[in-house]
Amino acid sequence: MLVVFSKSAVHSVLYLILTFFTIAGHYVLLNAEFLAAVHVIVYAGAIMVLFLYVIMLLNLNQESEPHKSNMLKFAAAICAGALLVILIGSLKGTELYNNESSAVLADFGTVKSLGRILFNEYLLPFEVTSVLLMASMIGAVMLGKPEKDQDTK
Amino acid sequence: MKTAQGIPLDYYIWLSAALFTIGILGVLYRKNAIVIFMCIELMLNAVNVLLVAFSNYYNDASGQVFVFFIMAVAAAEVAVGLAILIMTYRNTKTTDIEVLNKLKW
Repeated sequence: MLVVFSKSAVHSVLYLILTFFTIAGHYVLLNAEFLAAVHVIVYAGAIMVLFLYVIMLLNLNQESEPHKSNMLKFAAAICAGALLVILIGSLKGTELYNNESSAVLADFGTVKSLGRILFNEYLLPFEVTSVLLMASMIGAVMLGKPEKDQDTK
Repeated sequence: MKTAQGIPLDYYIWLSAALFTIGILGVLYRKNAIVIFMCIELMLNAVNVLLVAFSNYYNDASGQVFVFFIMAVAAAEVAVGLAILIMTYRNTKTTDIEVLNKLKW
C-alpha cells in the first residue's frame, strides 16, 4: 500500500523491496526455497536496482511528481475497491477440491526436483524464454542507445 | 485445506487478491510511469504467490516452474519498459503519462 501512496518514487521503490522480501519469506514457508532464492536475486537484486538506477538517472524528486485531480483519484479508488469486492465475492463461492494425499514430498521445491521437471516437461518453454530474454535485451539496448542524428530539437 | 506449515490456502488467496488490488489501484492512481511499472510488478507477484501456494497445496511442482517463467518474462518486460521510459523521458523531459496522449482517439 505504501508503494502506491508514498510521494517520492525512491521511497516507493524501497517499500516495494520490502514487499518483495516479504513475498520471498512466504515462498520459504511454502516449501519453495529455490524460488525464494531466485526471487530475491531477480527482483530485489536486479529489477529493483534497475528501477533505482532509472530514477536516479532521470533525477526525479517530489517536485516533479505530477498531481492528479481528486476526481480521478476518487474514481481510481472506487474502481479498485469494486475489483476487490468482486474478487472476494467470487472467491467466497468457490470450494476448493480437498486433496487427500497432501503429504509433502521430501524434496519438494528443491533445485533437484524443480530442475528435473523444468528440463523434462518444460524444455521448449525454457528455450523460448531464453530467446525472449535475448530479444528483450537487444531491444532494450537498441532503445536505450542515443540517437546518432535526425534530432530536430 | 492446509498447506505444509498449517496455513490454510484461503489466506494465500486473500493475500494474493489484496496484492493484486493494490497493484490495480496503483496503476489507476499514480501518474508517474515508473510507479506504474512497479505496480505491474506487484500484480505479477500476486499471481506468483497464488501459483506457489496452489502448487504446494496440490503437491505439483509445475506451478513453481511457471513462476520461474513468469519471473523471466517480468525481467524482460521491465528491461524493455524502462528503456522505453528513458526514451520518452529523453523526448518529453517528464515521466508523466498525461503527456503521452498522442495515441488517444
